[in-house]
Amino acid sequence: MMLRLAITGLLRRRTRTALTTAGVAVAAAMLLDMVMLGSGMRESFRGFLEQQDYQLRMSPRGTMPFDTEATVGGAAALVARVMADPDVEAVAPVLGGKLFVTRGDSVVAAFALGVDPALQADYVLVEGRDIAAPNETVWNGAMLEAAGRAVGDTVRAAAGYDPQLRRYTGARELVIVGRGRFVMLSGGELAAALPLATAQGMQADRADRISVALVRLRAGASADSVASRLELAEPRMSAISTEAALRFVDERLGYFRQLALILASVSLAVGFLLVTTLVTVSVNERIGEIAVLRAIGVAKWRVVAQVLVEGVALSLVGATLGLGLGLITARWLNGILAAFPGLPAAFDFFLFEPSAAFRSLGLLVLCGILAGLWPAWRAASLPIAKTLREEAVA
Amino acid sequence: MSDTRPSRRSEELVLSARDVRRDYPVAGEPVHAVRGISLDIARGEYVALVGPSGCGKSTLLNLLGAIDRPTSGTITIAGRDISSLSDAEATRFRLTGIGFVFQRFYLMPTLTAAENVQLPMAEAKVPRAEREARTEELLGYVGLAGRSEHRPYQLSGGEQQRVAIARALANRPALLLADEPTGELDARTGAEMIEMFARLNADGATLVVVTHDEELAKAARRVVHLRDGVVVDDAGRAAP
Repeated sequence: MMLRLAITGLLRRRTRTALTTAGVAVAAAMLLDMVMLGSGMRESFRGFLEQQDYQLRMSPRGTMPFDTEATVGGAAALVARVMADPDVEAVAPVLGGKLFVTRGDSVVAAFALGVDPALQADYVLVEGRDIAAPNETVWNGAMLEAAGRAVGDTVRAAAGYDPQLRRYTGARELVIVGRGRFVMLSGGELAAALPLATAQGMQADRADRISVALVRLRAGASADSVASRLELAEPRMSAISTEAALRFVDERLGYFRQLALILASVSLAVGFLLVTTLVTVSVNERIGEIAVLRAIGVAKWRVVAQVLVEGVALSLVGATLGLGLGLITARWLNGILAAFPGLPAAFDFFLFEPSAAFRSLGLLVLCGILAGLWPAWRAASLPIAKTLREEAVA
Repeated sequence: MSDTRPSRRSEELVLSARDVRRDYPVAGEPVHAVRGISLDIARGEYVALVGPSGCGKSTLLNLLGAIDRPTSGTITIAGRDISSLSDAEATRFRLTGIGFVFQRFYLMPTLTAAENVQLPMAEAKVPRAEREARTEELLGYVGLAGRSEHRPYQLSGGEQQRVAIARALANRPALLLADEPTGELDARTGAEMIEMFARLNADGATLVVVTHDEELAKAARRVVHLRDGVVVDDAGRAAP
């Protein structure tokens, strides 16, 4: 009966209740988005790294993988030495560079990756076949479109440009054997994969050089221990584990997380104030009814519970609506942020983790309970006789 | 209704107030609203408390109904001293021992007439089937058998007051208190309400009514006149 009184009390002022619920839903959506943003970038980055199934990345000391054009020589010997470590299962050497092709009078430039096709983790084949021989290449869709080519075409491509001689260097005939989706590249970025030897051979100064080596460890191996050993064995290289990379990303994203935390706290405060305001107004309007409930023998705690139910109902409905609204806005915002130049197209800024989402929405409902406490206690503690007398006069 | 009230009047005391006082601080100064009233009411009596505004009759009614506490003195209802009950005890006592009828009806606007009557019974944990049967009986008694699913705004003032009376009787209280029960009603409906109270009393209810309504006061078997917080006349009091 008291539960029914609470719910019908809310429905009595439908517009006001709907507006407050909408306000709580917006606060809940913002809270959810901030929680998703707070962990989304980190977890998305972790997903990228773990998707490649390589636990260590070795790059020239003082650089991050593909941060610069930095390369190291003696690649074959380097790979052999890394492979000699008993905890290393496989090494995938990669050489970064450029690829130039002409289309009519214009030149199309793409990011080129020299890879070992059997070990590479940079692209997923979506059409045709993978590289199987020298001078074969896999392009992404943007590159095929920009160059006006199709899988099966043979193209003349260059790997560099000499500004003094004003001519392209390292040119050779390449056969486009497949189309791939390059996982680490941003949307619209042009990319091509070549056999490592072909990429090294197209530029005289890149022979036996690599930009990065991805290292897969045997099960149970400690990534940080192996990284230390490999750095001792290869002083020119830095070895960074997935966890260390995530720590680095964490440091870089510290401001993002602080911002998300502040905005999430603001959302909670807004939700709290909205519920407190509505419940207080509602109690003030029904002060005579509440005094009568007490006069006819309704226990104080039942009156408190009735008012609290109003706050909880508002928070629950608002949080549920906010969950849907938050997911929609996160998807929309993710689309905007993912189009930021230089970021992988598949990178998610907002990651939905059910436990974190429900925890934060639970926090909002708890705020709803707390928000109702004061007006509830105040309502239940009214001096009955005085309140009825004042109501009669009013 | 014979199961809820005694079939014959007895001299058994339902209410006994002794030297009851109630002071209020107003702007730092004490106001003596009730100044040493003593009053005995026997089972089945119909008592009207009358007097000019501010004479302390509503304050006295609140004290008798355990929704206010006397500054000094004792009040015993159905053998229980209610002047020193804790808040929770007083609440429980009001639920089962006292029935209230207010000037402004004060029904819960979102509940139906039947739900309003059931409210005190639900609070007293009366089983659903029992309280539904009791509600039907009470609404029939006050002449609203066909109105049980109506909400207060669908009822006239007189009908709302009848629902309020049914609610007051729900838990079979020892004492029914009414504060200006005809104050919000027109003359014709007020007259119907006076008849209703007379019938309640004839059926055995012990009634204490605060009123300015002369007709209602006339209908009472005993009229207690108050002035400045004291009893100045107690007409119709049973001989000791």
